[in-house]
Formats: sequence, C-alpha cells, structure tokens
Amino acid sequence: MSKFIFKPYEEMTPEDYATIGFKSGLEVHQQLLTEKKLFCNCPAGHYQDKYNAEILRHMRPTLSELGEYDGTALMEFKTKKDIIYRINYDTVCTYEMDDTPPFQINEQALDIALEVGMLFNGYIVDELHIARKQYLDGSIPTGFQRTAITAVGGHIPYKDRTINLIQMSIEEDSCRETSDIGHKRIYKTDRLGMPLIETVTYPEMKTPDEVAEVNNILRELVRSTGKVRTGIGAGRQDVNVSVEGGTRIEIKGVPNIKRIPLLCYNEAMRQWNLLRLREELHARGINGETFNANYTDVTKLLRKTAYQPIHNAIIQGMKVNCVLLKGWNGLMNWQTQTDTYFSKEISDRVRVIACLTTLPNIIHSDRWSETIAAADWKNLRKVMNATKDDALIIVWGADDDAEMGAKEIIIRAKEATIGIPSETRQAHWDGTNGFERILPGPERMYPDTDLPPKPISDERKNRIRSQMPERIWDRTKRYLEIGVPSDIVRDLRISKLANLFDKVVNELNISPKFASVALIQFPKRLKKMRLSTIALTEEVYFNIFKLITDNKISHASVFPIMKKIAETGIFSEEYIINLKKEEELIKVIERTKLIFKDMKINKAEKRDDLFICFLMNELRGTADGSLIAKLAKEILNAEDK
Amino acid sequence: MSEIMNEAEAYKGYRGITLEVLKKFNALVWSEIDVETIDGSKYSGLILPRSETADANHIVIKMATGYNIGVRAEKVASIVVNGRKVAHYKIPEKAFPYDKGKPRVKLFGTGGTIASRLDYRTGAVIPAFSPGELYGSVPELADYCNLETEKLYGVFSENMGPEQYIGTAKAIAKEIEQGVEGIVIGHGTDTMHHTAAILSFMIQNSPVPIVMVGSQRSSDRPSSDAALNLIHSVKTAAESNLAEIMVCMFGPTSDMYGLLHRGTRVRKMHSSYRSTFRTLGDIPLAMVDKNKITPLRQDYKKRRTDKEFKILPYFEEKVGIVYYYPNMQPDMINSMVDNGYRGIVIAGTGLGHVNKPLYPALKYAQDKGVAVYMTVQTLWGYVQMYVYDTGRDMMELGVVPTANMLPEVAYMKLCWALGQTDNLEEVKRIMLTPVAGEITEREPSNGYLIYQGGIPEVEEFISKFRK
Ligand SMILES: [Zn+2]
Repeated sequence: MSKFIFKPYEEMTPEDYATIGFKSGLEVHQQLLTEKKLFCNCPAGHYQDKYNAEILRHMRPTLSELGEYDGTALMEFKTKKDIIYRINYDTVCTYEMDDTPPFQINEQALDIALEVGMLFNGYIVDELHIARKQYLDGSIPTGFQRTAITAVGGHIPYKDRTINLIQMSIEEDSCRETSDIGHKRIYKTDRLGMPLIETVTYPEMKTPDEVAEVNNILRELVRSTGKVRTGIGAGRQDVNVSVEGGTRIEIKGVPNIKRIPLLCYNEAMRQWNLLRLREELHARGINGETFNANYTDVTKLLRKTAYQPIHNAIIQGMKVNCVLLKGWNGLMNWQTQTDTYFSKEISDRVRVIACLTTLPNIIHSDRWSETIAAADWKNLRKVMNATKDDALIIVWGADDDAEMGAKEIIIRAKEATIGIPSETRQAHWDGTNGFERILPGPERMYPDTDLPPKPISDERKNRIRSQMPERIWDRTKRYLEIGVPSDIVRDLRISKLANLFDKVVNELNISPKFASVALIQFPKRLKKMRLSTIALTEEVYFNIFKLITDNKISHASVFPIMKKIAETGIFSEEYIINLKKEEELIKVIERTKLIFKDMKINKAEKRDDLFICFLMNELRGTADGSLIAKLAKEILNAEDK
Repeated sequence: MSEIMNEAEAYKGYRGITLEVLKKFNALVWSEIDVETIDGSKYSGLILPRSETADANHIVIKMATGYNIGVRAEKVASIVVNGRKVAHYKIPEKAFPYDKGKPRVKLFGTGGTIASRLDYRTGAVIPAFSPGELYGSVPELADYCNLETEKLYGVFSENMGPEQYIGTAKAIAKEIEQGVEGIVIGHGTDTMHHTAAILSFMIQNSPVPIVMVGSQRSSDRPSSDAALNLIHSVKTAAESNLAEIMVCMFGPTSDMYGLLHRGTRVRKMHSSYRSTFRTLGDIPLAMVDKNKITPLRQDYKKRRTDKEFKILPYFEEKVGIVYYYPNMQPDMINSMVDNGYRGIVIAGTGLGHVNKPLYPALKYAQDKGVAVYMTVQTLWGYVQMYVYDTGRDMMELGVVPTANMLPEVAYMKLCWALGQTDNLEEVKRIMLTPVAGEITEREPSNGYLIYQGGIPEVEEFISKFRK
C-alpha cells in the first residue's frame, strides 16, 4: 500500500486520486412526470404534511429467490424498530399500505422509462420482470420495492471517452422519513409509490469532479425528455466510491450534485485511512485471529458518576456496559474523515443497530476528559483488567440496547482488522458521511409473485423510438451551429420548450438566436419580476412568434406582450392594438422632442415638465394622458442615462 | 419416460420455441450464460426455470445484480454457456429447542402461506414447513411451547373439502387423546371460516384450545402478517384458557394484536386486508399479543384436563347454498332437487325472503324431501319469517329459518346434520340446537359495528388509535 497521506480537499490533484485508485459510479434516481403512481391509481406528486391516520408495522427478513438471507436484512431485524406510517387518504390507498395487491404497471411511466433507456443507448428488454427489492428499514411498507429492469447496458459520451451504464430500472419511490428516535421510526407516505427510474453507471469516474460532471449529463439527458419531475427531491443519486484495496461504499440519497465532489473526497479519505488503520493494527499484532475484546456490566461501578448522560441513564434504571479492546489504545482518535475519527464509526453503529439515538451514545478512554472522573476511569481499568495499551469504550441504555451496543462495538472494531465493511452511508451537510446500514447484496432480490412478466412488443419499442428527442450532446452541437448563444444552449437543450424552439425556427423562420432568447431568457426575466409564466403555453408562444412572421409586431414587442400575458394571465388581441398605439405614440414623442429641443426654455429644471405639457397639447384627444406622460418620462429617462 | 422427465427438469417450464433455442445451444436451466440477439443486445446471467403460466416466447435470465429479465427466444443469435449454479431454496433449519417446562403444542398444516416458498413452475408461493424451518424463521415460537408439526395436506384453502375436514377432525382427536395442550391449524384464509365452522361441529367439548391461523400477506415478504399470526396462535394454544375452536388473525392492519374469533361466528370480510376476519353479530372472544391474552367476554368454554370430548366426523356432500337475487327463476332450485341435492341453504334478502315465483320450486323441494333452510344475506341480524306473510307462506313450504346462523355456517352445519341422519325432523332438531355459538339467543348492539369513514368522530378515533 502506498504511503500517500491525504491532503486538504482543494489540494488534491487527479494524480493524487490515481495514486489511491479512486473509482466511482452513480445510481441516478429520477421521478417521472405522470399523473398517477406506478402500481395504483393514487395521484403522483401531491405532497402533504397533514395525515389522517397512522399504521404500525415491523419488518422481518425473508429468504431470497436463491434461498439466502440477506445480510442487511438480518441486521435490520436486530434493530427491532416500530415503523409508523402516517397516511393521508388523498395520496395513499390500501395498495401502498400493503393491504391490496398491486394493479397493472402504469403504462405512461413505462413508456417514459423505455424512452430514457433508448436515449442512453441501452438494450431494451423484451420482457419486463417485476422484482421485489428488500428494504427492511421500513421505507416501504411491503418491506420491498417493486422494481424492474427496462434496459441493460448503454453509454454516454464524456470528455474524450464514454461512460458505460450497467442497467436502468423503473421502480416505485419510497416513504420520506420524518423521525427516527430510539425504537420508533416515523414515515410520511405521500411520495410512496411514485414512478421513478434508476440509472446505474459502471465505476468509471476517476475523480470526484468527474462524478459530478457525469451526473449532470445524466440528469440533463432525462430532463431533455420533458417527461420527468423537477424540483427538490425529484432527482436524487447514490454515489458509489472505492479506493485501491477498499470496498464499494454507497453514499445514499444525495440531493444536490454540487455536493458530490466533497462527499467523494471524504469517503475516499475514510477508506484510505481505514486501510492505514488496519496496517497499524497489524503492526500492533492485532488481526482477525488475535483480536481480543470483551465487555462487562459496570452500572454499579459508575452509579455515583457526575457525568450527566450516564448519571441520568442509571437513574432511569438503565445499564452501562464497558467494552475492552486489547491493544487499541489511542486508535479511537484515528482520523477517518475531515474532523471525524474512528470513534464515529463506533458511535454510528451503536446508534443504528442498538437504537441508541441520543448522542453522545459512547465515551472512550482515548478522550477521557470531560466524561467520567479520572478515578472512575482508573477503577474501570482495574475491573476490566486493562493495561495502558488497551482502549475502553462505555455504552449505556435499556438492557437489550446496552447489550446490543456492546456487541456491536466489538463487531465494528474487529471489522477494522479485516478491512472496510460494505455499507451504505448517509451524506452529511459538512461533506462527511455516516453509517446507514450494511450494503445489501443481490440476495435481496425476489420475483414479484403478484404480477406476471410483461412482454414489451417491438411495435411499442418502435413507436417510442420514433418519437424520441434528439440526445443532448447532439442538440448542443446543432444549437451552437445555428447560432444559439452558448450561455442559452445549456438551458435550451433540457427545456420543455426545445421542441417549440425547433418549430418556430423551422416553420416561422424566426432567427434561432431570437427564438432561444425569447423562450429561455424572457421567462427568466418575468420570474425575476415575480410574474407567473403559467399562461405562456406553447400555443401562446407560437402565436406570438407568428405575429412577427406576419409582420404584425416587431421583435421589440415580444417581451412587452409576454409581460402583459404574465400579468393578466390571458392572451388578447388588444395587447397588440395597444402596443401598436404605443409604438405610434413613441414615434410622435420622438419627433416632438426634436422640435422641443430647439425651443428656448428659461428654467432648465422645469424643462421636462414643460415638455410633457407641450406634448399634451399636441396630442390631446388621440391618446390617454397618463400613457403619454409615462412614455414621455421613459424616453427622457433613457436620454439621461 | 425417464428421459422425458429429465428433459422436463433440465429445461423446466420451457416449451415451444424457447425449448428449441435452449436445446440448440445446450443451455440448461441454471446455466450461466452470455446471450446475444440478432438486434445486437447482449445479456449475461443465469437461466431460470420458466413459469408454466407465462408465455412460451421468452427465456428468463437472472443478472448479476439480482434482477430478472426476459429475452425473446426468436431473437436469440447465440448463447455461450460459462458455468452452472443451481439454486437450493431452503428455509434455514434449526432444531426446535425442547423445554420440559413448556406445554406441548401441535401445529397441523393444511396449506396456505403461513410458511411458504417460491414455486418456479407457477411463479406462485407454495407452503412448506417443519418445526426446524419454523424455528429458523420465527424463533419466538420457542418462548411459548414445545412445538410439533404435522403436515396433513398441502392444498390451497379453496381445495379444502369433506375429506380434509374429516381427516383434520380425526387428527385433532388423536392429539387430544395423547394429551396435547393446544392445537394450531395452519390454513389458507379464503375458506378458513368454513373449516372453522365444520370443525366446531365435528369436534365438540374440546378440553384444549384449537386455533386456526393463516396469513393475508405470504411469509415471503418482510411485511408479512404470517409470523405474528403464528406467534399469536401458538401463544393462544399454549397458554390460553379458551378451550374453543377459534380463528386467530390480525385485529387491526397494524402489527399490534390478534383477535380470537369463535369458529362459528367468524367471516373473511375483505379480499386482501390483514384485518379481514371479523366476528359477526357478536364480539370476539379475546385479544392476543406477544405478551398477553385479554378475554373480551367470560362465556367461553374453559380449558380442562379431562379428555371428555366428542368427535362427530359426518358430512353429506349433496348440499348447496343459493344466494337469492331478484328475478331468480324456479329452475335454479328445481335443478338442484333434480340433481339429487338433499339440502339447500338459501341466503335470502332482508329478514329472509325470496320472491313468489320461487314458491312452486320450494314446494317441489319439500315434496322431494329436500331440507331447505333460510339465512340472511345481510350477514348481520336474524331471519324473521313471522314478520311478513311471505315468510309464513315459505315456512308452510318447509323452509326452516336458522335464526342468526351465518350462511356459510348454516351450510356446513346442514352438511354435517345430513351426514348423520335422513330424518328431516332430526335434521331440524340438530340444525336448531346450538352446538358452538352458531345461533345466539341475543345480539348485543356492539355486535354490529361497521364504522363509516369520513364521519368526524370515526376519523377522530382512527387518528387516535392505529388501525
Ligand atoms: Zn395508492
């Protein structure tokens, strides 16, 4: 193993990442824009915090199709959580609550998934097999997610190479977690069952920045269909990271692509440092065989401690266990991530597996100050038969939890002598990550016996292929060639108005530059003015452009018309007539101004007022006074600048 | 012959073009393969057996990610076989621990999905169990008893019939003779209440609890109600004082408690809900959870140590049930009489009515010595044939009202009664003499509660208690 020592984030170079053998792949989740959910007829995308009722369930592990128990499944069962679902009658029916078998798959969602599979150049499967992917954390009331492969393989261009895809699936979305305290986890169910696609890449990204860039391409490609949801939570990704000699670790549910590089960096560092920790342990003569640890109930010994968390626990009749790790002195402070140490690996496991969710949930002898008294530590060493080379970790909680906690501490410490355990980890806001659960394997897949396999006909594939949008990298090239400003290309290529853009350019002969500005920049400008663009439908846009082609308005009138529509919510011929009037008025004002310029004025500061009076006299009866005043002021202001 | 069998096994479930293609490339089921199609698609994975109910056009492949896909056989250009990996589906078996301080409980299997595994031929789940397998998947059972199991039948509940009813009753009797302290019967849920009813007549005065149990969500899913139902039923059999024939299934849809329903007053009321079983026209006997059994009433039969029970394994198969509807033609009844039916249970409208045009048919049945009994399709409430003239007319025609017996229960009881005697008066005496709570003298007003969602007080209740 290389002697490489991790540098601060900003100083890491691609060569550094090559040295540690950094590899990363993505699992990109994207909600589809459908009216209904995937396997029932509930409305999709109606989020609600209000709930009518609660349902309580527990999850038990079951066997896989090939007859094996999944490791994660057994671990989750150890944790024994009460899972509570909050349901709202409007967004959830008996299907999501696992009291009714699934209905036939949502065909609209399946079409979108197949289309995206084609965009990715994947092999579209001939027959869809709906599988059950086990999740025992309770995030889905059935205990599994219904999911099916729609495409296998595929690739996208990236820099001077291609990034290959493993597969793409269509699946139902899970619940949103509300809280997870002690033995009780609460979920909101409104998102549950919404159609989602998941795209999985091979681990072909070589630096954290590449991961984010590839993610952006994948995200834009699906958005370019105009058939996926946007907004918070509509797109989420799992990032798989490994280093040379490390393990594939999945960082789950990263909502924001910008955060990916730092998360990748910290995970790479964690794995690298855990590998170095293993070297250190081996150097101390501690390996899988020689690893030595035990634990004892020390509740009595600590019954007089002043350290609040333990003091309170004992008062409540809880139990305190002390774990001895032979030869581990100092290693709880071994750095794993930025400002994060091995003790966090231990604490995380105790939190998740033993349900000891109130922090701190452990204290240890490598950072003994501000915990129990020095004399207590000394007594503990004596009772535990510990030397100065050993480490002590204290965990407290209800009887079963304190037992589970002590056992789990030993399990996690022993794993450090072997390597990096396969885990899924959750992203934290500071860019570090924490343990979520043991990484599930393919054993957790099980065929869905409620729904038969579904053939996908060639006719269906051909129909979708014929309506498929141009791929974004092809679009980008073409837009630049026809003169779309490069800062607009980025937005236009994933815009829902991309088809309309081509239509007005081709059918109405509008210049690509102007059409793209009007379709991308103008709505942004309106939104900045806090105006809604809902009334600006494709049809309305088309009609506006047609006015230009028919010489009824000038290019300059497009934005004012859009603004008027945004303000009133409707499109009316009157706007054009009024605009026409305004245009004429402006011409008269400009002309009058030239005449006025040559007139002698005594009081210079009254010049503008006099000009408006003069105008009023000239134009009386032909137009509304206030409009004349407004236009005149605009012209005078423009002159001042 | 054996060659054909082997081929069927080697290419399990494949036929037609898929079988041809697999044979061409010598790709047996469980082969690890790379397949390429004529349109350039490439897939790798394990060939799985094909469900017999699925079409004959696709080959099923399990990929490394654990997902399955189907490849259309007519598009296959080549298959390369790289290896073989046969699946061995087995519930982990651990010897059920023996504790001499715990009661002996016998679990009979008749089918259903209490414990189950996947059947590749049909793609459906099939039942499988042994004490070791059960302990491997529901170790909590050992907290309550020393469990013994015996598989009586392996049928879905809709295939339960007279042979199975009699066989089960005899098996129960044998166990009681041998001093078992409680009996659990695993059963598919669809006809569980039919079996519960007939067993209530065939086994009378049992000294120990006899608990029927099943699951609404098969045990191959993490959210299954199977394990908890099994725990509840075993606890009831081992520890409860209720020496009755009962159905033990979820109370609410939440994993909270089970209800113990008397075998003659229980009915499946929802096609898929967990809390599908309900006691009708009365309240359940008790609630049960992992820690306690809470009787809801005191008039249940108590556990005894004697063996003074009766077994009456009789059943007449020529009995039918007729669900009356307006415009029913007399030939519906006539054809049953002509086909040699000896008994008919009618589920009539309202208080127990059928239309006048049916009267001649009822007369015909009476003349032919067919026993005709009236129940109500409203399920709740009593047959009251004295209220209207029509009812009295029907009684003249030999139709006997059965008070508040549920239609399925009356059906089972009539089969049982006619199995014992040809004497219609004797049949009538048997039918109208309550044996196990199938007829009750009074209906408490909380015996009929169907909450209507949306009403404020109901919603308040639901939001307060997890249902
Ligand atoms: Zn629904």
